Amino acid sequence: MSKVARARRGVMARTETYLDWNATTPLRPEAAAAMSAMLARCGNPSSVHRWGRSARQAVEQAHSALGALLGAPAEGVVFVSGGTEANHLALLGSGRDRVLVSAVEHDSVLRAVPETERIPVDRDGVVVLDTLDRLLAGDLRPALVSVMLANNETGVVQPVAAIAAIARAHGALFHCDAVQAAGKIALDVDAIGADLVTLSAHKLGGPSGIGALVVTGDLELTPLLRGGGQEHGRRAGTENLAGIAGFAAAAATAAQETAVYDRVRALRDALEAEVAAIAPEAMVLGAAAPRLPNTAAIAMPGVAAETQVIALDLDGVMVSAGSACSSGKVGPSHVLEAMGVRPDLVGSTIRVSLGWDSSEADIAHFLRAWTTLYRRCRGSCAGARAA
Amino acid sequence: MSSVTAAPARRSEAHLGNGMPIYLDNQSSTRLDPRVLEAMLPYFTEQFGNPHSTSHAYGRIAAEAIEQARREVAALINADPRELVFTSGATEANNLAIKGAAHFARLYPQGGQPRDHIVTLTTEHKCVLESCLQLEREGFSVTYLPVESSGLVSLDGLAAALGERTLLVSVMVAHNEIGVIQPIAEIGALCRSKGVLFHSDAAQAVGKIALDVDRMQIDLMSISGHKVYGPKGIGVLYVRRRPRVRLLPLIDGGGQERGLRSGTLPTPLCVGIGRAAAIAAAEMTDEAARLRQLRDRLQTGLARRVPGLRLNGDAERRLPGSLNFCFPGIAATKLIEACPGIAVSTGSACTSASVEPSYVLRALGLSEADANSGIRIGLGRFTTSAEVDFAIDALAAAAGRLAAEAAVVGQGGCTHIRN
Repeated sequence: MSKVARARRGVMARTETYLDWNATTPLRPEAAAAMSAMLARCGNPSSVHRWGRSARQAVEQAHSALGALLGAPAEGVVFVSGGTEANHLALLGSGRDRVLVSAVEHDSVLRAVPETERIPVDRDGVVVLDTLDRLLAGDLRPALVSVMLANNETGVVQPVAAIAAIARAHGALFHCDAVQAAGKIALDVDAIGADLVTLSAHKLGGPSGIGALVVTGDLELTPLLRGGGQEHGRRAGTENLAGIAGFAAAAATAAQETAVYDRVRALRDALEAEVAAIAPEAMVLGAAAPRLPNTAAIAMPGVAAETQVIALDLDGVMVSAGSACSSGKVGPSHVLEAMGVRPDLVGSTIRVSLGWDSSEADIAHFLRAWTTLYRRCRGSCAGARAA
Repeated sequence: MSSVTAAPARRSEAHLGNGMPIYLDNQSSTRLDPRVLEAMLPYFTEQFGNPHSTSHAYGRIAAEAIEQARREVAALINADPRELVFTSGATEANNLAIKGAAHFARLYPQGGQPRDHIVTLTTEHKCVLESCLQLEREGFSVTYLPVESSGLVSLDGLAAALGERTLLVSVMVAHNEIGVIQPIAEIGALCRSKGVLFHSDAAQAVGKIALDVDRMQIDLMSISGHKVYGPKGIGVLYVRRRPRVRLLPLIDGGGQERGLRSGTLPTPLCVGIGRAAAIAAAEMTDEAARLRQLRDRLQTGLARRVPGLRLNGDAERRLPGSLNFCFPGIAATKLIEACPGIAVSTGSACTSASVEPSYVLRALGLSEADANSGIRIGLGRFTTSAEVDFAIDALAAAAGRLAAEAAVVGQGGCTHIRN
């Protein structure tokens, strides 16, 4: 029996279906095993005695393992507290005068530096390459371009190799936030072509509280956190030993198991097809672009996303109304707005995200709950539209 | 508040049969208390929801666990739970406190007088000093006050250093290398009377001695999980609400922690530091008494067998489990090498790999040779008296052997141990 299935029974007696994998994932057993060993031992990796050296060895092994997995040098892996910190270290630490970010980036990129220039996306959510080229050509100051590998709300995958080529042609650095993509599609920093890549453990079956910024070249980084000089002087603070070990183990397992996403993609596609069959006016946003295999941004016109999420939750189906960090807030999704999605659709879009453990039963449960909600609301939606 | 279960049995490391040395370096990191681990485990596995996904049950369960942890840490230091910001550790908390306060003051100057001056001690932790150095590069001015030979700050010296432009004083509660406890309430009163913010790095002190942010008039205080038998990768910054202390975040984004620290909160780690705080609150008094006894046993035992042994830092005002000795004329690295059965250090873990003598011992007025002979010993919750006796034997025997070989005997400013 899977961990998630156990969890469902553990939490409540009734059936629970977790379809919010882009917010966080359960811990993989391999990560849990690696962490148990580390949690049980004491020692600060900076200490020179045997406890310290043993801890140091574990940290170094994780550097090598993660580096090897991504095709990056071990010393290029900088362990940080998570994706948000990694994005800050990349944007603030690279010290470039100009920072260009796509309009659909995560808030942790959009808000990392006081001033950014926005690279627009088209209606499918894909970065407009010509505009990026023009923006870079129009101003010769040293620049950093930050574009995510895949979007957390829509799953849209960006043409990062092309973006990297444009950035390189203009002498700009390229940072890629790969938090949502890692573990779901094959990841190789050479193929991405980025100078800096952000990863988060808890999106790929590792623990929360740990992430990495991967530096592929010789780039000098100004540290965000200063102190004991850990992580080759790029990030001070006693290393989160168990987190690092869990991250490395989860990433290794995820890399071995990306094939499971063929099955996930089929489930997601079936879910979307079924939604379209039930409700012809429902829309899947970003569907025309290459997407992650697990994400569906579904608009039910006329029904507020919050209403949908609450109703689905009451039926035991857990989804979200956008990214988790801002899902507690009100306000329209900047991602959907940047895609030019109609305002009424922006406010009525939910995010359904699947994971390696998702099953046909999960999809069936979602569809039952979603259909019930849709039929209940159809009258009021029609009324709202008529008015 | 959750109840605290019985303390796990203490077993001597030497009897674990794992081939590892006896752990006497509890200042650099402490062993995770099994009760803390037990509290954390469900949040690694079953309750894995993102605490910020409050639109569904998994998220709400995680969010409530975090709030419970926040209450537990707040209770330990007499704070309001809303005054706590979870960070990745004390290094981040110190960086956030110092840079965050400075950057806010620069962006939003209050009144007519710009406040761009910071006062700290030469013996503060590297992450405090490095944060201050960074602010100097940004145009702030910083006074690095010397300490007395006891390791304690002179209150008169501190008062004299405060000026109209002084924004912040940063003085740690208890020292990571020498264990001395600063007169925090007096510093707090002084700062409050001058309208200066008071930040204190309490990573070593929290859970070891009683702390009260109100009574001590502390405005900002940093806490670390793994120094108090909790997990690594989690810390807390206390940020006073009344009168309100304003900071600019170092890490922005999703707006978690009331905008002061973005990023998904690691639920199990938050639960861990919460449980660690609850255990400390319940057991601190007894544990401190036990550790003081062990500490005295170690100190007396060593002093009896090592001629000229000297204690660094004030003999009275110190953490219950913390000792720092000069073994005269013996290089600390040599002594450590000669004692493979125990894990002690030459000083702060962050700098212990460096060949430089401890800047902290130098600041006490020790000669370079004496500073090079400093050994830090940290007793903790799981230290047994058998381990202390083993350490006395190991250190005394090695010191005797090395002293016989050594030609030079150190001189200098260590305090003689008076028994």
